[in-house]
Amino acid sequence: MAAPVKQNKLIRWIDHRLPVFTLMEHELNEYPTPKNLNYWWNFGSLAGIMLVIMIFTGVFLAMAYTPQKDLAFDSVERIMREVNYGWLMRYIHMNGASFFFIVTYIHIFRGLYYGSYKTPRELLWMLGVVILLLMMATAFMGYVLPWGQMSYWGATVITNLFSAVPVVGNAIVTWLWGGFVVDNPTLNRFFALHYLLPFVIVGVVMLHLAALHQHGSNNPLGIDRKGPQDSIPFHPYYTIKDLFGLGVFLLFYAAFVFFWPNLLGDPANYIPANPLQTPPEIVPEWYFLPFYAILRSVPNKLLGVVMMFGSIFILFLLPWLDTSRVRSATFRPIYKWFFFVLIVDCVALGIVGAHRPEGIWVVIGRIATAYYYFHFLLMMPFVGWFERPRPLPTSISSAVLKGGGRLAGAGATMEKP
Amino acid sequence: MGAIGTVSALWPFFASLSPARDTIAAGAPIDVDVSTIKPGQQITVVWRGHPIFILHRTPDELKMLQEAKDTGLLRDPDSQQPQQPSYAANWHRSLKPEHLVLIGVCTHLGCIPRLEAAPGGDLGANWPGGYFCPCHGSKYDLAGRVFNGVPAPLNLPVPPYNYIKDNLMRVGENPPGINFEISEIEQI
Ligand code: HEM
Ligand code: FES
Repeated sequence: MAAPVKQNKLIRWIDHRLPVFTLMEHELNEYPTPKNLNYWWNFGSLAGIMLVIMIFTGVFLAMAYTPQKDLAFDSVERIMREVNYGWLMRYIHMNGASFFFIVTYIHIFRGLYYGSYKTPRELLWMLGVVILLLMMATAFMGYVLPWGQMSYWGATVITNLFSAVPVVGNAIVTWLWGGFVVDNPTLNRFFALHYLLPFVIVGVVMLHLAALHQHGSNNPLGIDRKGPQDSIPFHPYYTIKDLFGLGVFLLFYAAFVFFWPNLLGDPANYIPANPLQTPPEIVPEWYFLPFYAILRSVPNKLLGVVMMFGSIFILFLLPWLDTSRVRSATFRPIYKWFFFVLIVDCVALGIVGAHRPEGIWVVIGRIATAYYYFHFLLMMPFVGWFERPRPLPTSISSAVLKGGGRLAGAGATMEKP
Repeated sequence: MGAIGTVSALWPFFASLSPARDTIAAGAPIDVDVSTIKPGQQITVVWRGHPIFILHRTPDELKMLQEAKDTGLLRDPDSQQPQQPSYAANWHRSLKPEHLVLIGVCTHLGCIPRLEAAPGGDLGANWPGGYFCPCHGSKYDLAGRVFNGVPAPLNLPVPPYNYIKDNLMRVGENPPGINFEISEIEQI
């Protein structure tokens, strides 16, 4: 146990009774981290900071917001016009949802590229997928709160997904709504849950971190740390790197909040909800578009819903679908290309989701949906079997000191002959 | 024993989310004067929070319905699925052929389809006229029957209704002697 923490008398007194300082010391100062982490490793801490920002602004918004169908829309407008700095809090929260998803998606693709879901980090990965699902539920319910046209019709379409469940589907939907249409009871419960779920996310994040600290971070080479020469303490090396990344990130985030606060939103949500008129087009927020595209690409209702949810649930199986034991795509010449094609595929799905399901968009949507499933269900297991990975470096140190992954050849442990 | 206790303790919480008594009570029938609806015209009224379409079909449109029945373009041309009361399970899906009464809620995911009565146009040269749902492109004919190859699985539902006078329609109440509950509809 490092000494400096225990020098102050008060700190010693507290730590003896409640070892918070020992814990901090252990998790930050002594916590050994691979010394070769690149900037893709910044996005985890950014996601954590986004969660804090969302909770903080959300609590203040809730103090001025009214969850009642005749008052909700006006209360949000009042936040925008009358409440001091209400516009700021709403714009931080509203754009915060988008930036939270950007950061989280990058964080997930980082994991896909560097194989962070592979043993011994399966549960760490699965907890991450749980967080993603909770985030989606939270964002969906938050979007309903301003009670604009998109809020209302988005809520109608998404809750109706459950009517696809055989036999009890309609009963489930009525139960979710607390009525026969999306109405005041729905708004009320969504507000209660929108307030609650972020704190549930905090809980799962704690578990996510506990699982992370069990084996430590993965790294760009995807090989285990072999000894102290491969690690540096988290603090101050990565605290400072994370803070620098945060600064750059906040520049982008603030640019949106102050200069283009409504760029990512749909103008139709500034029209109060009208249960008797569906807007000409219902489009979800951008971060749901790829999933919406999958839903619309399948001409069968039940199957469409199953494939949409399946596209996320499939991530739970990833540690077992990927048969390669090499973690980092740097050493996987074939998988690496499929990874980039998957990114293109997801972006394509996102673009399809923003267009009416007509003509060429239907065709692209179907191909992209099929490819998404092909990637996880067929490509992953098969490429893992027949791909011949490039030789891995003997240690993080050897690769880092000789400068770059290329010379990894030196004394390689071949995963597969 | 423990399981029974837990389930009974959780039941009130689960049940509290179901529609409350006043929500259920708000479903009383409504009367509509249909004499003002001109042929080709449609009005929308609200019953139980749902838009109810009342369309006055022209003789031409009715003729097309009978032809459409045999074209094989429809998923359920003979109204076999329980999407309507028995008295609307006919080729025009209504009591009187000219008046079509529908719950205007797409059976895919609940958007409100819009009337596109004119054949052809944006919806393609072979569009016979009907309802188009803007959300995910589901199509129905002028009897609310769903076309093949669209995401919606079922015909648009017909609510219980009757005529209490020649031109006075009551939505939400069956003709005398018939018991049809809206909950019998497979899906709204
Ligand atoms: C995971 C974290 C969260 C996410 C992703 C999230 C997302 C959202 C979204 C997308 C909106 C709609 C913004 C708009 O279009 O106006 C919203 C609104 C709202 N959220 Fe959150 N939120 C989170 C946490 C919270 C928390 C913890 C609270 C309260 C304690 C909260 C309170 C509110 C309120 C009152 C509104 C309505 C006001 C408005 O629409 O701006 N949120 N949220
Ligand atoms: S809700 Fe009508 S097509 Fe999806």
